[in-house]
Amino acid sequence: MAFLEISNLQKDYAGNRVVENFNLAVEQGEFISFLGPSGCGKTTVLRMVAGFETPSAGSIRIDGKDVVNLKPNQRNIGMVFQAYALFPNMTVAQNLAFGLKVAGKSKAEIESTVQEMLALIKLEELGQRYPFQLSGGQQQRVALARALAVKPKLLLLDEPLSALDAKIRVSLREEIRSIQRKLQITTIFVTHDQEEALSMSDRIVVMHKGKADQLGTPFEIYNQPKTRFVASFVGTINVLEGVVTNPQTGSFKLNGTELSLGRSLSKLKMGDSIALALRPEAASLGQVARKAGQLQGIVQDVNFLGSVIRVRVKVGESVLSLDGFNQPLVAPPKAGAQVIVSFSPEELLVLAD
Amino acid sequence: MNFWRSNRFWAWIALSFGILYFALPLIGTFEFSLRMKRGEYSLEAYRVILGDPRFQATFLYSVMMALLTIVVGVLLVVPTAYWVRLKLPRWRPVVEFITLLPLIIPAIVIVFGYIRMYNTSSALPLTGSAFGTDILMVAGYTVLALPYMYRAVDTGLRTLDITTLTEAAESLGANKITILAKIILPNVLVAILSGAFLTFAIVIGEFVFAALLNRPAFGPFMQLIGANRAYEPAALAVIAFSITWLCMGLMQLVTRLQQHTQVKQFR
Ligand SMILES: Nc1ncnc2c1ncn2[C@@H]1O[C@H](COP(=O)(O)OP(=O)(O)OP(=O)(O)O)[C@@H](O)[C@H]1O
Ligand SMILES: [Mg+2]
Repeated sequence: MAFLEISNLQKDYAGNRVVENFNLAVEQGEFISFLGPSGCGKTTVLRMVAGFETPSAGSIRIDGKDVVNLKPNQRNIGMVFQAYALFPNMTVAQNLAFGLKVAGKSKAEIESTVQEMLALIKLEELGQRYPFQLSGGQQQRVALARALAVKPKLLLLDEPLSALDAKIRVSLREEIRSIQRKLQITTIFVTHDQEEALSMSDRIVVMHKGKADQLGTPFEIYNQPKTRFVASFVGTINVLEGVVTNPQTGSFKLNGTELSLGRSLSKLKMGDSIALALRPEAASLGQVARKAGQLQGIVQDVNFLGSVIRVRVKVGESVLSLDGFNQPLVAPPKAGAQVIVSFSPEELLVLAD
Repeated sequence: MNFWRSNRFWAWIALSFGILYFALPLIGTFEFSLRMKRGEYSLEAYRVILGDPRFQATFLYSVMMALLTIVVGVLLVVPTAYWVRLKLPRWRPVVEFITLLPLIIPAIVIVFGYIRMYNTSSALPLTGSAFGTDILMVAGYTVLALPYMYRAVDTGLRTLDITTLTEAAESLGANKITILAKIILPNVLVAILSGAFLTFAIVIGEFVFAALLNRPAFGPFMQLIGANRAYEPAALAVIAFSITWLCMGLMQLVTRLQQHTQVKQFR
């Protein structure tokens, strides 16, 4: 039995279903991200786990115990909010001590835990400061330490990095992950930033309209998206529409050329239309010997992004994005140029709806 | 730009007029209060008033009433304003309207209501004893102070992210009482103090309740002196004004001091 088990979770607000049939099993010590667009229900699921919202149906079990009827202050769950939520009337040290005092710990134990936490977030010098004397990144680290000080069973973070600027966001996400690894605390991290989710998580739940569309490792989510939504939300895709010619061999026709996926398409039959996704980095400009798929197009624009150059090519009615590494000695193509886009059909992702 | 036609000129005129309007009667009163001894300025009137045992008794009584009113007001208003903001945000305008009612309903109506409800032949004969009447006094003063207290506290709460702070504290194991005492109250302390000084100023000089409920408060004493003496009422008026102004000054001071634990969620 998993450490955290959410089954058939559902939440309605005045007849409006915002979370539906949500299932998840999280192992002890795992780092899980909820990834999805705004309004898909990430916060709602998290708040039901924390006890701030009551599920309309379903169960939540932590360490084998059903917690649905427990109040938030009985669940022993650490929570970190986007808005930091440090107590403004207390110093950093007092903030860290709050949960321990409430739990009735001894003075000596509180003192040593506070020092331990300050060391964990590398703010030993700032224990006597008030929250308003700290930067946003420092405040969020204090909020993390405050949640961890009471040794919770579960750590929940709701977009903890959204209010910070880009540089700190990256360094803090690495810090959060390394602290999480050190303490081996089971963690759920909510974000709508795919880069955050992909770089931090053991597994990702991609959410869409109140449901979990796919659960998998970052590698699986990116390379084997199960739905069109997952494919398009995580990373960039180009969608190609083809027609199946032989489901057994995985052959299909694209712009008049017959290609093969190299794997069978069991659920489809001859003549069915098929949606295929092509990642920008899987396509190249010009003819490449190993790549059987080829499309004619006209360069629409070129974006120089530093290490990567993104070229958008108009092929028939649609526009494809291509990513290639910058090569100092090769100038990128100009807009309006006639080019060939080549790809390996085996790398195409088949999209279900 | 010609100074005489500029906005500045008219601003100065308006300001001077305001100052004269407020200051002249006060200066006059103050000057008059110094003339008790014929032919010289002296503090004789103040000596007489401050030495009057009735002054000391009634003043002390009113201070007690004011302090009790502040305590009851805080215990009533802070949890209510907190709860309304946290759980019933849609009811906030309604609650605010209710707290403003004492400004519309004259105190005398409230007193007569009390006297009818709690007279000696009622089920709860509070007016029958001095202690019972004092309870009514504090209750009535709390009502009178409600608009100021509620506004002050509610404004103080507005600068806090109540919901998130509450949830953060709850996830750390705290119950609602702990949250109120350890987080909400300290953060609205300045607002409470400013509400408290206003309450103090109101209660110290209050006349209607004390007179109709027949309690030995400072207000009726001022009225008594005013009706029977010449110079002492002027001295009393100056004293009463000074108390009010002291309260206002302290209010300002406390607001300044707040900088220390200034509330800032984002930077
Ligand atoms: N208290 C509420 N009453 C009614 N509807 C609500 C309430 N809270 C959330 N919702 C609705 O539930 C849906 C999911 O909200 P939720 O906050 O979980 O989204 P989210 O995935 O966290 O989005 P975001 O990335 O913007 O934070 C939204 O459509 C929202 O409007
Ligand atoms: Mg959210």
